[in-house]
Amino acid sequence: MEALILQVLNGLDKGSAYALIALGLTLIFGTLGVVNFAHGALFMIGAFCAVTLNRLLTLSHIVVDETQKDFLGNPLNVEVPYLYDFFGQAAGDVIIDWSVPISILVAIPVMMLIGVAMERGLIKHFYKRPHADQILVTFGLAIVLQEIIKYFYGANPIPTPAPSAFTGSFDFGAALGFDPNLIIYPYWRLVYFAFAAVIIGAVFAFLQFTTFGMVVRAGMQDRETVGLLGIHIDRRFTIMFGLAAAVAGLAGVMYTPINSPNYHMGMDFLVLSFVVVVVGGMGSLGGAVLAGFLLGVLESFASMGQVLEVLPGLNQVILYVVAIIVLLTRPRGLMGRRGVMED
Amino acid sequence: MLSLNARDFQLLLFVAAITMLAPIFLNPFPVDSSLAQFNGGYPDLMQRFVIFGIFAIGFNILFGLTGYLSFGHAAFLGAGSYAAIWMMKLLTMNIIPAIILSIIVAGLFSLAVGFISLRRSGIYFSILTLAFAQMSYSLAYSVLTPITGGETGLQPKLNDPRILDGELAAGETARANLFGLEMGSSYDLAVGGWVFTFNVGYYIAAICMLLAFYASIRIFRSPFGLMLRAVKSNQNRLGYTGVSTRPYTLAAFVISGMYAGVAGGLMVAMDTQAGAERMFWTASGEVVLMTILGGAGTLIGPVLGAGMIKYMENIISKINTTILEAWFAWAPDGLQDVLVSVIYPFVGKGWHLTLGLVFMLVVIFLPGGLMEGFEKIGGLFSRKKGKNSDSVAGSASPAAAE
Amino acid sequence: MSSAQVSSNNDEDRGFERGTPNIVFHIDDVHKSFGGLHALSDVDLDVQEGETHAIIGPNGAGKSTLLNVCVGRLEPDRGAVIFDGHTLTGKQPYEINQLGVARVFQTPEVFPDLTVLENVMLPALSKRDGHFRLNPFKSFHAETRIRDEAIDISTKLGLGPALEIAASSLSRGDKRRLELAMGLIQHPRLLLLDEPTAGMARADTNATIELLKTIKEDGMTIVIIEHDMHVVFSLADRISVLAGGRIIAQGLPDEIKGNPKVKEAYLGEEEL
Repeated sequence: MEALILQVLNGLDKGSAYALIALGLTLIFGTLGVVNFAHGALFMIGAFCAVTLNRLLTLSHIVVDETQKDFLGNPLNVEVPYLYDFFGQAAGDVIIDWSVPISILVAIPVMMLIGVAMERGLIKHFYKRPHADQILVTFGLAIVLQEIIKYFYGANPIPTPAPSAFTGSFDFGAALGFDPNLIIYPYWRLVYFAFAAVIIGAVFAFLQFTTFGMVVRAGMQDRETVGLLGIHIDRRFTIMFGLAAAVAGLAGVMYTPINSPNYHMGMDFLVLSFVVVVVGGMGSLGGAVLAGFLLGVLESFASMGQVLEVLPGLNQVILYVVAIIVLLTRPRGLMGRRGVMED
Repeated sequence: MLSLNARDFQLLLFVAAITMLAPIFLNPFPVDSSLAQFNGGYPDLMQRFVIFGIFAIGFNILFGLTGYLSFGHAAFLGAGSYAAIWMMKLLTMNIIPAIILSIIVAGLFSLAVGFISLRRSGIYFSILTLAFAQMSYSLAYSVLTPITGGETGLQPKLNDPRILDGELAAGETARANLFGLEMGSSYDLAVGGWVFTFNVGYYIAAICMLLAFYASIRIFRSPFGLMLRAVKSNQNRLGYTGVSTRPYTLAAFVISGMYAGVAGGLMVAMDTQAGAERMFWTASGEVVLMTILGGAGTLIGPVLGAGMIKYMENIISKINTTILEAWFAWAPDGLQDVLVSVIYPFVGKGWHLTLGLVFMLVVIFLPGGLMEGFEKIGGLFSRKKGKNSDSVAGSASPAAAE
Repeated sequence: MSSAQVSSNNDEDRGFERGTPNIVFHIDDVHKSFGGLHALSDVDLDVQEGETHAIIGPNGAGKSTLLNVCVGRLEPDRGAVIFDGHTLTGKQPYEINQLGVARVFQTPEVFPDLTVLENVMLPALSKRDGHFRLNPFKSFHAETRIRDEAIDISTKLGLGPALEIAASSLSRGDKRRLELAMGLIQHPRLLLLDEPTAGMARADTNATIELLKTIKEDGMTIVIIEHDMHVVFSLADRISVLAGGRIIAQGLPDEIKGNPKVKEAYLGEEEL
């Protein structure tokens, strides 16, 4: 029982990331009809927004500290973040400590901007082109984006810690009445899950309750008709792309403390997110979210020791196996609509 | 000639001449000159040209003709590599059995993958192949370690059985050979300041590529090839003409898988090692890039694309700041710094960036690849262009329609 | 009205079949509805070997639906389509074609990236080789017999000058001719023509009629769906009138001309 709960919890954070990326992929696919291979790169850029902000906040200048001496007895040169000069040491430390959550504020406009630029500059020229061309050009873009990040940040993962308030772990077992230390779960992962749930809820609420969302949903159903109604659907779709980029970016920002970002993390997640989208059903937002969590938890179950004894390596392939089975037996995925991407 | 029409035969002769003379014209710079680093005529690089050429020719039979975009072809190349290395470990270091087994294993593997993946088309097909390839990659790294060597990969060892070969003396290493002719052996020809290296491994791989290229011409020009092009052009209509699409696409898939097997086997023949990284999906992406860059659906495009990408990889990634500074030595200091710092991100370690950009530009502006570019340039010079029989598939149809 | 009755009349009047009529194509009680709309109900139709049977009817009568059911593109809710003893319903389009049923589409669905000659040769190859044949090393240009025939048929249809150009660059009328060539080269036992002359100029229409007449004389069974009454009455041995998804009349051209029900269905839409 404890083990089961633990695996479900373990699956949730990865599932959250899958769900967020898959949600964005589906938004783009559903509204624009474009298969975006560069979506993983947006996730990665989000993560690097957090890295960049962290670096900016810790930009330092060197001052001579007379109170400390090095081993030769000379005054020590210490690096002092500029932040201390503005806010004082205590407040400065807090800000640096909270750099990842603060990055969200930076990442939203940045990612929106990148998303809109991408759609206007590149993707819109590919609406009429075959899906293969869309895959290829966004694949090229993904390579370019990740190489740019690699050029500026190097190839190694860059640790970006969560605020110290969240570094510990929460003893779930104790809270649920089991023995202590059986089910412990890092706080940050709880935060990540809660954050993902909020974002997903916000996106759905936005689509459900705003006029904008209504038009977009209508556009996902039948793009041409909405266009005929005189609604400027293209501009809304551009904004939609920005939104999807922001969702992916935020997923990336908050993921940095869980996994130190590197330049190819986007590609790693992208392949799995496609699997998620396919399992959930191409063009189905609910399906993407459901499948994201489902597959995250499934993957975590598959990596249990007991399972691996019976079926070694299952954790490595479970998602692909599920995708293959789903595609062959239920080609529309768990919640896919009729007529989406069927040829 | 060889059952080819005159034009195709000329193309084959042209490719044959280029591959046979490659060690000479790929080394245009004398050894001592500062430009010698741009010589591409060393065996290791030339082998990669032709081996990836084979891979891309095969991929083109699937993607170029039928339009089915596979994102998992590296899995077949990887499977072929493992098969070849096992043959070298168990049977003999002679490359013939190794390559034969590579083809068989890759063919069977692609038959299984294709049988399932081809039940879907379009984006779903791409994702299915991608899923299969990633699955193979993950398994090769984990559970299948006894067969694949996991992270360390496989190499021939001194104590391998090698039933057909004699016992190796202590200190001797097992070398891949063709009936005793070692892959690594070369003949260096020095002419004046130039040195040309004629390598056994390269010539064997090049002959394989010529055979592969010849077979691909025959496939392109066969009724079978016509059906494959018809799949790309209008798959639905094909059923109403009495043709069952699935066996044709499956055959194309398996043929292209077998080409990947040959490439995998030859890689092992050259470097006698195999590892899972050859199956990673970026490796599948690479062959897609090669085919598109050269021109999907054209005969010679994929070979060209493979050569371009491998040359770029080797040469561009060698350029460093010192070289750049030397290039722009003519410029005033300030301008020199600017030029160097502008170009620097695109060379050396940044060559992937260049690759990505070139690829995007090709997809955006030249969906038919370099071959389409050549045609357009050719069209500028001679308005009275005749019918174009090389670019048979859809990409170049606007030109053909004039 | 009973179709058996009509066919016996037919035999007497036209005398183009000896002895008992050989029903080669039979639509048996076919129903098809889309949601609440009954596109086809109780459709029964018999076509004799060697006959040219026209199906006419006002727009929205269900003609295209019927044809789609015949070639396996749509599955009927009830009933069956039988050709030469084989039930066509539930079969794949390629299986139906391999049985000798060729369809010429109303909206041309050619292979846009192939040349005209290749477009015409392809159905001939599939007729000869079956639904699949692995012959990757055989030269396409060595198929001289099929090639000559393709050139012959294309030339007859006025596509001679366009043989080597991509089908995508043909005009709409030329694409229709190409469609026809692709159907004819298979020498099908049953040719289903969906408005073969729609969008053609008068002269071309007449040429097509002449061509179809020669095919007819070769003994091919033809089912033709057509709007143009000139075409229908030039070619058809028998006519079935479809309206509101039902067959309201069936018989010889002269009988149909005078049938009040048919006039009512058309209600001035067409001059009969």
